[in-house]
Amino acid sequence: MKRGTIFAAFVALAVVATACGGAGTGGGGTAAKPDVIVGSTNFYEQVTLGELYSQILEANGYKVTRKFNLGSREIVEPALESGQIDLDAEYLATLLAFVDKDGKVAKPTTDPKETQTGLQKALDPKSLTVLDYAAATDQNGFVVTQATATSKNLKKISDLSPVAKDMILGGPPECPQRPFCQLGLKNVYGLTFKDFKALDAGGPLTVAALDGKQIDVGLLFTSDPSIVAKSFVLLDDDKHLQLADNIAPVVRSALLQKDDGTIKRLLNSISAKLSQSELNDMNKQVAVDKKDNKDVAAAWLKKQGLIK
Amino acid sequence: MGARPLTLFGDVARWFADPANWQGSHGIPTRILEHLELSGLAVAVAIVLAMPIALYLGHGRRGGFIAINVANIGRALPSLALLAFGLIVAIALGLGLGFWPTMFALVPLAIPPIVTNTFVAITEVDRDVVDAARGMGLAERQILARIEIPLGLPLILAGIRTAAVNVVATATLGALVAGGALGRFIVDGFALREYDQLVGGAILVALLAVATEVSFSALERRTAVPGMAAIR
Repeated sequence: MKRGTIFAAFVALAVVATACGGAGTGGGGTAAKPDVIVGSTNFYEQVTLGELYSQILEANGYKVTRKFNLGSREIVEPALESGQIDLDAEYLATLLAFVDKDGKVAKPTTDPKETQTGLQKALDPKSLTVLDYAAATDQNGFVVTQATATSKNLKKISDLSPVAKDMILGGPPECPQRPFCQLGLKNVYGLTFKDFKALDAGGPLTVAALDGKQIDVGLLFTSDPSIVAKSFVLLDDDKHLQLADNIAPVVRSALLQKDDGTIKRLLNSISAKLSQSELNDMNKQVAVDKKDNKDVAAAWLKKQGLIK
Repeated sequence: MGARPLTLFGDVARWFADPANWQGSHGIPTRILEHLELSGLAVAVAIVLAMPIALYLGHGRRGGFIAINVANIGRALPSLALLAFGLIVAIALGLGLGFWPTMFALVPLAIPPIVTNTFVAITEVDRDVVDAARGMGLAERQILARIEIPLGLPLILAGIRTAAVNVVATATLGALVAGGALGRFIVDGFALREYDQLVGGAILVALLAVATEVSFSALERRTAVPGMAAIR
């Protein structure tokens, strides 16, 4: 009977799943594996990173709940602190500036190691742990169209100083008050724009606004695939406004204490392999080739030999 | 986060009192004008699209069931989904961000009350009056223009009022697709965690919606045919 076949298939699956779980930990199931809730902000790279973390944990027998696309950091960081999620992919400098707004504990620098140490200090009172950072970064980058770059002779951000007063800057609504966005452009580069247009965080609105000439300078992420796809020009950050925004998992310390160290080892193994070109390639597959985050993450983990 | 209500109340009052918030292309007057422009055009387009059909069907006293139900689809479609779809269409057509995608979301929202009220307003006109007009030799077009529309006007205007109030309250969505209008304060206030700005924007939208309601009600009273005013 058909029902019998299905039942057999279930049994087989269960056996395989158990076997996988055992093989992954190596410990042989002595410590109970805590359930993990992986979160992400509302942006495709974050979803892909969330998938990487989720899938490597699942492949090693953890029960993972995905809470992706939660919103901006303003939503996700409090969710992490309050335990609505257990971990997410973060960016060292931006998170440090977010949790320690006045730089009382530590100030982010262009050096990732230093920034990570500072970040951990700032996260200690919140019982959060930042694990190893990847070589890959995702930093704010200021972008103009090829036509603008040619006509105004723009290669680096400081080239904007004679022309910024006639230009419209576009970025996420929080840009005017972010030190790495309009505020930083003013304080570090001395740039004052004609106007600011609130768009999205390096998403389709910003790309469309640049393309449709509704803005002159847009804030995109350095790993944005549309920079290549639309032949935009990424202006060189010659005065180092953008700090070390290397990607690192941030985890609730309570989760790590409940675990036998496997979670930490697994997440660090991803960071060790995540180079800038690997990240940009995954971003291109998702954003330009319209592949599913899940498939892209699975293919990458397999290619790196991190899951079978 | 934990701003206590009283603190927030003070912050909102300060936000309204700050002269900087009343100036320039990001100031309250500009945003109100943008909001009125967007809402006004959306309602106008909905009237142009919906009114002739509703008048025609109402005059013939048929097809109302289908017309009203088709128009009601506009109520069922989530404005947010229409906004997203409108954004894609507007980008493809080179109409840009903000204004046109928002129009695309608002017009279907404004159509159902206009269709329903107009149809009902015309069909509810006393048949004896219409028959008398016909007996006096008025053409169908004249009956509609001189008898049915004037008598149904308060109800027709009530439909436009409902549409306008819905549109004014929903036009805030435009800020999600880089539009201006009062939604800007709400979306930016949320992004910046500036709750004074967020609440200030929400209050402005609510006030504008109430003002719309009140002015249309006044218009309805003024346009009621003498003798009908007593009914209302």
